[in-house]
Amino acid sequence: MACIEARGLRKTYGTTIALDGIDLRVEEGRILGLIGPNGAGKTTALDAVLGLIPYGGELKVLGRDPWAERDRLMQDVCFIADVAVLPRWMRVSQALDYVAGVHPRFDRAKAESFLARTEIKRTSKIRQLSKGMVAQLHLALVMAIDAKLLVLDEPTLGLDILYRKAFYDSLLNDYFDGSRTIVVTTHQVEEVQHVLTDLMFINHGRIVLECSMEEFEARYAEVMVHPDHLAEAQALGPIHSRQMFGRSILLFDKVDHEQLAALGELRTPGIADLFVALMGAPEPPSSGSSRTTASEGGVAK
Amino acid sequence: MSTELNELQPAAHTPVRATRPFYWSVRRELWDNPSIYIAPLIAGGVVLLGCLLTAYRLPELRRAALLLESTRQRAAIEMPYDMAALMIMFTAFIVAVFYSLDALHGERRDRSILFWKSMPVSDRITVLSKAIVPLVIVPLLTFIIVQGTQLIMLLISSAALAPSGLAGTTWALLPIFRLSVILFYGLIASALWAAPLYGWLLLVGGYARRATFLWAVLPWLALCAIEKIVMGTAYVAHIVGQRVTGNFEEAFVVVQYPKGAHVPMVDRLTQLDPLKFLSSPGLWIGLVVAAAFIVAAILQRRYRGPL
Repeated sequence: MACIEARGLRKTYGTTIALDGIDLRVEEGRILGLIGPNGAGKTTALDAVLGLIPYGGELKVLGRDPWAERDRLMQDVCFIADVAVLPRWMRVSQALDYVAGVHPRFDRAKAESFLARTEIKRTSKIRQLSKGMVAQLHLALVMAIDAKLLVLDEPTLGLDILYRKAFYDSLLNDYFDGSRTIVVTTHQVEEVQHVLTDLMFINHGRIVLECSMEEFEARYAEVMVHPDHLAEAQALGPIHSRQMFGRSILLFDKVDHEQLAALGELRTPGIADLFVALMGAPEPPSSGSSRTTASEGGVAK
Repeated sequence: MSTELNELQPAAHTPVRATRPFYWSVRRELWDNPSIYIAPLIAGGVVLLGCLLTAYRLPELRRAALLLESTRQRAAIEMPYDMAALMIMFTAFIVAVFYSLDALHGERRDRSILFWKSMPVSDRITVLSKAIVPLVIVPLLTFIIVQGTQLIMLLISSAALAPSGLAGTTWALLPIFRLSVILFYGLIASALWAAPLYGWLLLVGGYARRATFLWAVLPWLALCAIEKIVMGTAYVAHIVGQRVTGNFEEAFVVVQYPKGAHVPMVDRLTQLDPLKFLSSPGLWIGLVVAAAFIVAAILQRRYRGPL
């Protein structure tokens, strides 16, 4: 059974089409990155999966209809919407008590041991914690729940780089066991690139790209072209090109890697670069897309 | 790369534990809204402070009261206790009104609804756990706080009257047990009577994006105005007013106010009229309307997200 299965998933807000008939299948044990520009429909898709909004079309999550059975589904699904949704008036100990009281799959001892690694005090109110600590607390609560599907919608928004790294490290080392499924959306794509097993680009309510990371690596290649080979490289039909340190970096789709290696330095492209290539304006990059390149690529390795 | 992750040991699956979502949802409401008990406690504290400050006059007042004929005597001795109860009940009512208005609004305003909805707790349990606060929890807390306050008042009065040897008169003339029964009955009756008010406030709080108070009040004002203009009558105003101000005539046999009593006097069990109350169509219509509002609030919450 697929963890998430959607056929013709549609959602409109007034005249705006947020999801334009998406077909989706996420198998168990995958870590799927859902990547798209603001307003692409990512959050709408996740909201539908979580039973937070009604939708058109067919959708089954763990074999259930999320809109009809949200409360039952939440026994097996966890989500972190963003870092600011834990009730600010609650004490840490109360949050533990509450989740232990309502969630049949919550292991309090596990949550306590995750919290013991942080500086979060049991007696603190959530409003007194820093944004990073709130994220740690939420993650500790969620990781102590033995769920089948974890949905993360911009889970590290606004966190500094140390917290972001620690967040994904804990998720992989302490939570993911190969049988759980994780769906994550984020704008900090470089940080999740090594985490994902599957990749999906979404724009204007449609799926633009859907592939596993193995396929991604086999299919796309980026070459920092030696100036002497530039014309030769352009002839192979790059889907995107950009300049860095006066060298041309060309992105190719389904071009033989050995052939490309002869033209210059070959490497696996960053998700951000492919994203810009597929979503951004065609070359030469307009001012709009180069801004995107700068911000998305700014934290690239 | 990422494929290595699949080789990690699968975690042992946590056994499914029994849960009490309703109980913990109510606990959560009490954590979030300490004003539910703090405000009536403060009202009780103010009453006690007043008693302490005026305690020196008690022997004089009591001597004067003892000269009155028996009904007015009782009225004079009971009055401070009735006033204390009414003050605390009024405070609790205000708290319950504002609690109900904010119960389904606050969680959307602070986005925590996304956290609550990530838990396996249905909208039905959530809304009912909020409805039970003004309908059961607040009256129960009011009962306890009123009783505590009255007990301390009794001790203060006994201490103040002891030197003049009049302490015994309070104990002899104040029908302590009867007043408790009357208070208990009165609290149940007023909670049931006001149920449609609380249901309406819950529904509006879950509906309005902002200005919940205006949303709660304006439709009724508009209805009153339309009725007045079109038909020249004031039934809506009467019905709404009755729900807000209480159910005294429905639940009690009201006796003539004795001179010197500032509040209608109820101190005899024969004045409790549960049969009249239970057979009043107003009560049952109100409860049906309250149930409809609460069901609507449950259905509506499914569609609600952060503001």
